[in-house]
Amino acid sequence: MIDQTLKKVEILEQDPNTRNKNFLEVALGYMGLSETMAKEEAGRCLNCKYPKCMDGCPVGVQIPQFIELIVSGDLEEAYQKIRETNSLPAVCGRVCPQESQCEAKCVRGTKGEPVAIGRLERFVADWHIKYAANKPIHVAKNGKKVAVIGSGPAGLTCAGDLAKSGYEVTIFEAFHTPGGVLMYGIPEFRLPKALVQKEIDQLRALGVEVRLNMVIGRIYSLDELKQDGYAAIFIGSGAGLPSFMGIPGENLKGVFSANEFLTRINLMKAYKFPECDTPVKVGKNVAVIGGGNVAMDAARCAKRMGAEKVYIVYRRSEEEMPARNEEIHHAKEEGIIFKLLTAPTKIMGTEDGWVKVMECVEMKLGERDGDGRRRPVIIKGSEHLLPVETVIMAIGQSPNPLIKDTTAGLKTEPWGGIVVEEETGATSLPGVYAGGDAVTGAATVILAMGAGRKAAQAIKKYLQA
Amino acid sequence: MVHMYNIVKKEKLTPQVTLMEINAPLVAKKAEPGQFIIFRIDEDGERIPLTIADYDRDKGIVTIIFQEVGKSTKKLGAMDAGQGILDFVGPLGKPSHLDGVKKVAVIGGGLGTAIAYPQAKKLKSLRVQVDAIIGFRNKDSIILEKEMTAASSRLFVTTDDGSNGNKGFVTDTFKKLLSEGKIYDLVIAIGPLIMMKAVCELTREAEIKTVISMNSIMVDGTGMCGCCRLTVGGKIKFACVDGPDFPGHEVDFDEAISRQDIYRQEERLSLERHECRLGKN
Repeated sequence: MIDQTLKKVEILEQDPNTRNKNFLEVALGYMGLSETMAKEEAGRCLNCKYPKCMDGCPVGVQIPQFIELIVSGDLEEAYQKIRETNSLPAVCGRVCPQESQCEAKCVRGTKGEPVAIGRLERFVADWHIKYAANKPIHVAKNGKKVAVIGSGPAGLTCAGDLAKSGYEVTIFEAFHTPGGVLMYGIPEFRLPKALVQKEIDQLRALGVEVRLNMVIGRIYSLDELKQDGYAAIFIGSGAGLPSFMGIPGENLKGVFSANEFLTRINLMKAYKFPECDTPVKVGKNVAVIGGGNVAMDAARCAKRMGAEKVYIVYRRSEEEMPARNEEIHHAKEEGIIFKLLTAPTKIMGTEDGWVKVMECVEMKLGERDGDGRRRPVIIKGSEHLLPVETVIMAIGQSPNPLIKDTTAGLKTEPWGGIVVEEETGATSLPGVYAGGDAVTGAATVILAMGAGRKAAQAIKKYLQA
Repeated sequence: MVHMYNIVKKEKLTPQVTLMEINAPLVAKKAEPGQFIIFRIDEDGERIPLTIADYDRDKGIVTIIFQEVGKSTKKLGAMDAGQGILDFVGPLGKPSHLDGVKKVAVIGGGLGTAIAYPQAKKLKSLRVQVDAIIGFRNKDSIILEKEMTAASSRLFVTTDDGSNGNKGFVTDTFKKLLSEGKIYDLVIAIGPLIMMKAVCELTREAEIKTVISMNSIMVDGTGMCGCCRLTVGGKIKFACVDGPDFPGHEVDFDEAISRQDIYRQEERLSLERHECRLGKN
């Protein structure tokens, strides 16, 4: 008998007014769902013969199969089923935009809510971390060395896929901690860092070597990596270069890029200052400029750091916001104030150079532009002042130019993205592949993972040839 | 097993200034004058940028010279040869451009002398005529006098209080050299922002190309955070990837001076807490 319930099994969450004062995960309990709840939700899956959900997954997780294994109570098998195509299940279960991918295609969604595929993935991954010990996995090595630059979602996925096939993979990470955006960008309350660490430990168990403090382009050039015996190279260096608006006052004290703000808090644990040495400054009134997931993360961090009023200042309406609905919903619940159709025009400071007030204008939506979104137009005479002490720019990042600048012949777009062959991730240099935000500009974790997976396939082919 | 970067040698240059040689062969292999490293002592530590003072590619060591001003530099200064630090990443930033010049004035203020030294040394090796002027608060805070003598054609050492017999600022000596008709095709000024600003005012008038080195607050040092940004020629630049060297006449020094004290309060709190703990132990 198929479960006819139209709604997903609710996940348990911390009360918004409690959680906006701590950095603990929003979802309560380790796995979000109990085993009974997970089985109940899994029972909603129709186990379609031609599952549409899988088409929506950039890494091709065998969704109906793993859900069926939950129904039958074979949770470790369910985990291994996901792992066959996804190196980071616990991460994806939390940060994937399932509503626009797998769950968007689920037939249950045509009437009622789709199966909570994301929650189930998370449940299974967390169950594995909690109950199943990581066994060292013995894969016969094939003696071929591959270098992976960057240990974010693209690099980890590419490394994992290659290691499973016997390649000797070394990841070169610029920071002192592996994980890339999973560590420095996405906050603890959305993605606990211990969990990212566990996922990376799984890769180490597969034999992947992670070398930290390695800024490729400075300490090694790509040519030197090849000379060192790396037969192929994957560049997954992300989009780390923050954008600023170019308005007056952006260099006042109290203006941060979202990258800086989030890195101080997430990677350097500024929320534990002075126990940890890295500080961050958060005023009573904080404006976050932008409408993406990064903006939501920055706003919710600012609130947790003790800000009284935190504004999201976005120049279009909520409908155009690139952030996930879940993030917008969580931010609102936590008391973030949305100032939509509003754009900053300048930031003014005190005599000592600290941010004091931001001048904004109101916008209205005009004609549709190239990407189909309605272009915001300034309403004349709508200038108004917003008193804030902190301004966080979350208006996008572009790829870090370091590798491009130090690698002759590596073709890039004018905005910095590495040019690749779509299907393989092959760059203009033989044996050099790239994927993730370094190619696309800032996108999602799962798209980067998809690119890492594709490149791994292509690298295998290249090295077998 | 966690990899550590070992302290090979430690030498107190003055009561506040310490020189350390760190075992970091890969960094030493690539380091060039003008570049910097970022260190982190332990798991809870902050990332602190320091300009590379010297390097020995054969021995695989990088020399850093630092003033004990905050918690992290005090903590590092209290460590000894044989101990190790957790992270040491580099070389970061663009190397200094030192080609095609004939007569250069290298001006170092205080700890800035440690950054000016590798540049002077490199210039000397390129057979450039180097007049070096280095200034300190007093006689006891003078560092690298011997090394700078070797790395320059002529060396002038000034002290604010005149305790070494040559009272005045580096700018006073430099002004004097200019008034004597000395001609330079490049001035390299490295030291406190206020000193670099003063030098730039002099050289702007005299129309001499001037390069300064920024020592901004940073987190990652690879272009990610934007904390180290400054205005150069009306545009936002990042000290970590666009610098640390910049054309001095285009730098907005007043803004840079203001940004330098963003975390002054927190730095003081962190230091007080650190010293209080040491007191208890």
